[in-house]
Amino acid sequence: MKLPMVNNKKTDPTDIGRRQFMKSGAAMVTVTLAPGVTIMAYGGSAESQANPATRWGLLIDVNKCTKDCDECVTACSKENGWQDTGNPETDAQWIRKIDLLNPETGLEQSLAVMCQHCEDAPCVDVCPTGASFKRPDGIVLVDKHTCIGCRYCMMACPYKARSFIHEPVTDQKPYAPRGKGTVEGCTLCVHRVDVGGTPACVEACNTTGNGAMIFGNLNDPESEIAIQLATYASSAIRSDLGLNPGVRYQNL
Amino acid sequence: MAKTMFSEVKSTPQFWGTLVILGAFVGAAAMSVLYIEKYGHIVTGMNNQIVWGLPHVFAIFLIVAASGALNVASIESVFGKADYKPASRLSSVLAIALLMGGLAALVLDLGRADRLIIAMTKYNFRSIFAWNVLLYTGFIGVVAVYLYMQMARGIPAIWLRSAGIAAFIWRLALTTGTGSIFGWLVARSAYDAAIMAPLFISMSFSFGLAMFMLVSTCTKRLTGQGFNDVLRLRMARLLGVFAAVVLYFTAVQHLSNMYVAEHWNVVKFILLNGGIYTQLFWIGQVILGGIVPMAILFHPSLARKTKPLMAAVLLIILGGFAQLYVIVIGGQAFPLDMFPGLEVSSSFFDGVINSYTPSIYEWALGLGAVALAFIITGIAIKILRILPEATSE
Repeated sequence: MKLPMVNNKKTDPTDIGRRQFMKSGAAMVTVTLAPGVTIMAYGGSAESQANPATRWGLLIDVNKCTKDCDECVTACSKENGWQDTGNPETDAQWIRKIDLLNPETGLEQSLAVMCQHCEDAPCVDVCPTGASFKRPDGIVLVDKHTCIGCRYCMMACPYKARSFIHEPVTDQKPYAPRGKGTVEGCTLCVHRVDVGGTPACVEACNTTGNGAMIFGNLNDPESEIAIQLATYASSAIRSDLGLNPGVRYQNL
Repeated sequence: MAKTMFSEVKSTPQFWGTLVILGAFVGAAAMSVLYIEKYGHIVTGMNNQIVWGLPHVFAIFLIVAASGALNVASIESVFGKADYKPASRLSSVLAIALLMGGLAALVLDLGRADRLIIAMTKYNFRSIFAWNVLLYTGFIGVVAVYLYMQMARGIPAIWLRSAGIAAFIWRLALTTGTGSIFGWLVARSAYDAAIMAPLFISMSFSFGLAMFMLVSTCTKRLTGQGFNDVLRLRMARLLGVFAAVVLYFTAVQHLSNMYVAEHWNVVKFILLNGGIYTQLFWIGQVILGGIVPMAILFHPSLARKTKPLMAAVLLIILGGFAQLYVIVIGGQAFPLDMFPGLEVSSSFFDGVINSYTPSIYEWALGLGAVALAFIITGIAIKILRILPEATSE
């Protein structure tokens, strides 16, 4: 099955605004998130690393993704600095394990769910300021400088992939800025991907987990993920919505 | 027909006392906003499941009511009913005031309210939210021009009518936009329906006229200035029709969803087993907010008496809040259906009915926004010739 490419020719107002912002931050800007908390953003780097010919994606084999394993979740939390603060209703979760039970057949399955990096992302469509945006390589991100915290993207996301930061945050990672009052979600570890690495969840799944995740360029027919998708059946969560997610599942 | 004379209201202890009480609500709202700003939304009842809470219910109610408050002015200058003229200026003022109150609640609940300038300068035109920013601010401008035309001497009738028509079309667009915030949410089975736009328009007609009747009755009691009971009775009958239209669209909304198998669970949740949401729907919206006030408003004698009439008006307003609470909060309380037909569970509250208890800070912000709208109205009738003189009825 061939996944359509992200249309890289479109230059929508969102992207223009973001580029202008990036340009304005020419080298480096320091932004105060909250009293005593500042982040540094490297203007232009995210944009310049995104290759329009690429579409990054994930393939998760649900048969290998066992119920007792959450290595991907732990790795993501450690990598990006979000954690359990004892307030489950308001704590952020960039990736989570969902357990499924088919009441008709009794089949139990478990799978990791994160931002599905949709081609037609509802969060990008609804964001009033364009803070929710899609890179030319298909990675959907939140620009923490222009997010006003309206949470419309959270209302619109079919995957519950976004979290709102309800409390002041400390000990942030320089490559994963977080700020009270803004929305966040899986970045597909863009800081790793842009330097040739793989997302932390995939790395953990393949080292200490069950090897259920494959990361790669969906547009490269030679990539393992593309070969797998072309060889075996796969599906997307809520494929009926026609959003063409970059995250696909096997044996779901 | 006698020419209507308008004047500023006189200073009375009751008038200023009312403004002081309203000011206390605004003060409480301001303190709540600062508190939430300092500690984050953790101090509210909102969470990652119920992302829009009570402030949004208040904000949407006020915004929807704002466009409906313009009904009376529209009836006069768009539909040519000259006997509505004594009430028309207050209609425009209240429309602006309610919208400002609603916008205040909406904006002050943002995670980063300090970034308002970004919302005003960066627009993603695929977002109905961004369009609404323009529709809301534009509405204030259009109605302000309309109010000027209503008040200025020597304005040709065609200008006034044109401004009235522009404002009327704008208010229809505004409520369409507000309804579409929900109607275009494809991911959530409680929303995702085009009927949200006309439903919100019908709600605006009803809630807005009810708010107008409440405010005009209060201002008449406080200042002695207002319009006569004949006009009020006509408005009461009209309000009854609007309340019926809201029930009609609500019925169509749920009947349509019942027919769609994938939406059956959410309909069942709202109408049958949704606990507080089911109670708010049937008791709050349908019975107390719809059927009971309609019975009063269409009653031959009850609608002529102030107390039953005001009871009906208040019931429609409270029923409106109940309706919006069910739409906004109830719609989020029902979990996303990511895996149709399967039972799901996770540490992130997948597959469970989400709970929400509004905090005192959210109540303070919402009530403060209502108070702000009333204060703006009060100041307007004090400094401008909005209300008809007591002798000109």
